[in-house]
Amino acid sequence: MTAVFEPWNETRGAEIIAEHANQEGATLVILHALQEAFGYVPEAAIPMVAQALNLSRAEVHGVFTFYHDFRHKPAGRHVLKLCRAEACQAAGGDALAARAEAKLGVSLGNTTADDRVTLEPIYCLGLCATAPSAMLDGRLIGRLDQKRLDALIVEAQR
Amino acid sequence: MSLRLFVSRDAGAIAVGADQVALALEQAAAGRGIAVEIVRTGSRGMYWLEPLVEVATPQGRIAFGPVTEADVPSLLDALASNTPHLLRLGATDEIPWLKRQTRLTFARCGVIDPRSLDDYRAHGGYKGLERALSLGSDAILNEVTASGLRGRGGAGFPTGIKWKTVTQAKADRKFIVCNADEGDSGTFADRMIMEGDPFLVIEGMTIAGITVGATKGYIYIRSEYPHAVEAMNAAIRAAKRGGYLGDKIGGSTHSFDLEVRVGAGAYVCGEETSLLESLEGRRGIVRAKPPLPAHHGLFGKPTVINNVLSFAAVPFILAEGANAYADFGMGRSRGTMPIQLAGNIRYGGLYETAFGVTLGELVDDIGGGTFTGRPVRAVQVGGPLGAYFPRALFDTPFDYEAFAARDGLIGHGGIVVFDDSVDMRRQARFAMEFCAVESCGKCTPCRIGSTRGVETIEKIINGERVHENIALVEDLCNTMKFGSLCALGGFTPYPVLSALKHFREDFIPAPTTLQAAE
Repeated sequence: MTAVFEPWNETRGAEIIAEHANQEGATLVILHALQEAFGYVPEAAIPMVAQALNLSRAEVHGVFTFYHDFRHKPAGRHVLKLCRAEACQAAGGDALAARAEAKLGVSLGNTTADDRVTLEPIYCLGLCATAPSAMLDGRLIGRLDQKRLDALIVEAQR
Repeated sequence: MSLRLFVSRDAGAIAVGADQVALALEQAAAGRGIAVEIVRTGSRGMYWLEPLVEVATPQGRIAFGPVTEADVPSLLDALASNTPHLLRLGATDEIPWLKRQTRLTFARCGVIDPRSLDDYRAHGGYKGLERALSLGSDAILNEVTASGLRGRGGAGFPTGIKWKTVTQAKADRKFIVCNADEGDSGTFADRMIMEGDPFLVIEGMTIAGITVGATKGYIYIRSEYPHAVEAMNAAIRAAKRGGYLGDKIGGSTHSFDLEVRVGAGAYVCGEETSLLESLEGRRGIVRAKPPLPAHHGLFGKPTVINNVLSFAAVPFILAEGANAYADFGMGRSRGTMPIQLAGNIRYGGLYETAFGVTLGELVDDIGGGTFTGRPVRAVQVGGPLGAYFPRALFDTPFDYEAFAARDGLIGHGGIVVFDDSVDMRRQARFAMEFCAVESCGKCTPCRIGSTRGVETIEKIINGERVHENIALVEDLCNTMKFGSLCALGGFTPYPVLSALKHFREDFIPAPTTLQAAE
């Protein structure tokens, strides 16, 4: 299932920020909420968050860039995450990652030219007893093998 | 007749098809006119048997697994007619892998419906809190201290002492923080307990709150665990409705409230001071200690920060008494440890047992060796910052001190098994790479050392001045170990040095056949 995001809209962005601004230590909460709504954290939202929380733009930018989760532009229509941590490495994850890169024609951390698939590494989904594991648009897949991976890639390219 | 079936809703079970099996059971039962009730539980932790389907019988639950959608029709027919089925495993409690465990923390996981407060209470839940409320702060501290419980996140600091420090601190506000940023590869016990028995974590944190005088708690869960986030939020809502969170908890004068906060993909936020920074809405930059979080923690207030499993151990200790817990274990490692068997392993999953079991028993006997069927060559214990142990060290007992004595650590109890196809140079390089990517950047040994480490190991892999570069890596590791602010830079040397020490042959190129002297 493809996630459906709203296009960036300043009024809507301000609403989301205002909804969470009164919580203690709200920066991450707000950035998560913005990304959930728009699929990424638009550049224009950063000064708005700063103003709402009485922080400098640099501080909010610093938080935004520190965490791997936050995107500065939308991902592809589908996001395929492959676990690249040790337990999945031990269970053949290296070869599967190389296979996915070859099939999609992009390296981990990139989006295909047609914007259909973003391929990302993830460091541990906590499915280490059914390794290797993957996540396609929020859906978990364990005991990944070549056949399952190929099916996921076909699904992601649709 | 009506069938009561149990199918796990644990993320690990869902990842191998538990949702599809539950749906198929429902549909096939409807088609056959069989009345079924499907209870979605946590996981029993036997992941090679997931999706596991259990059926309630007067003799207890009977297990079937691993069940696929295709097995569902024949399984239902067998259940309805009480005839044998190929996937029948017998009584769940009699499965040797489960029966041999000592489940104190995970007693209810996989048994109860994690969304049901009534189910939790019916299985002994909130007995610990009831007793805690009758004991009062000093007596609770005595119990927790006497139990010998040590921080299950990896550092192994005595929980009772931490709580006592916060109790004695004077402040207008205090906090309880649960570290659920379980980022170590090979570990999933926090995730399992949050998904399978979330009220247990709430109860443990609530007991901490009334002990130290805190009225607010946060559970910081990593974003890679959406199912755990959902389960904890649902349980918090149910606990509030049931009067177990909020004002006058359990009819007492105490107030305690909880909130889930979600991380954003930074491994270093599993370090407690970095986590506190992140909770405050900042970059997850490690703080120098002292001051300790117990004195100057979240928002500058005295804070108890413990791992999920530490909080989850507390209700048992209060309900059954410190001795019931301390009777298990060895040396200074008291009680049980939920050990996670992972990676290339035949019988992977959650194995809770008293400290003292050997690494060899865990890997060969309980874990059944590799699933590829090849020989076990290396096991990494304790996550990305843990040492790689060869078979020669399989007699090491699972105990904080015994692992430390062999330059290793038990960390959060994860064991990742590798077969003989592993290239230990690559694992050593990965340890440095991971540290370079995840370093918060505050201290130089970690920030720069990890990058230099990757480059130098790269040279070794390429055969450049191998012996000199190995010496350089060893020296660098020493600097990182003693010069880093936190465990990320300080412990990254463990996997690197252990790979160099125990698997030297992978780093030194095989001597090329000597040419006959001309």
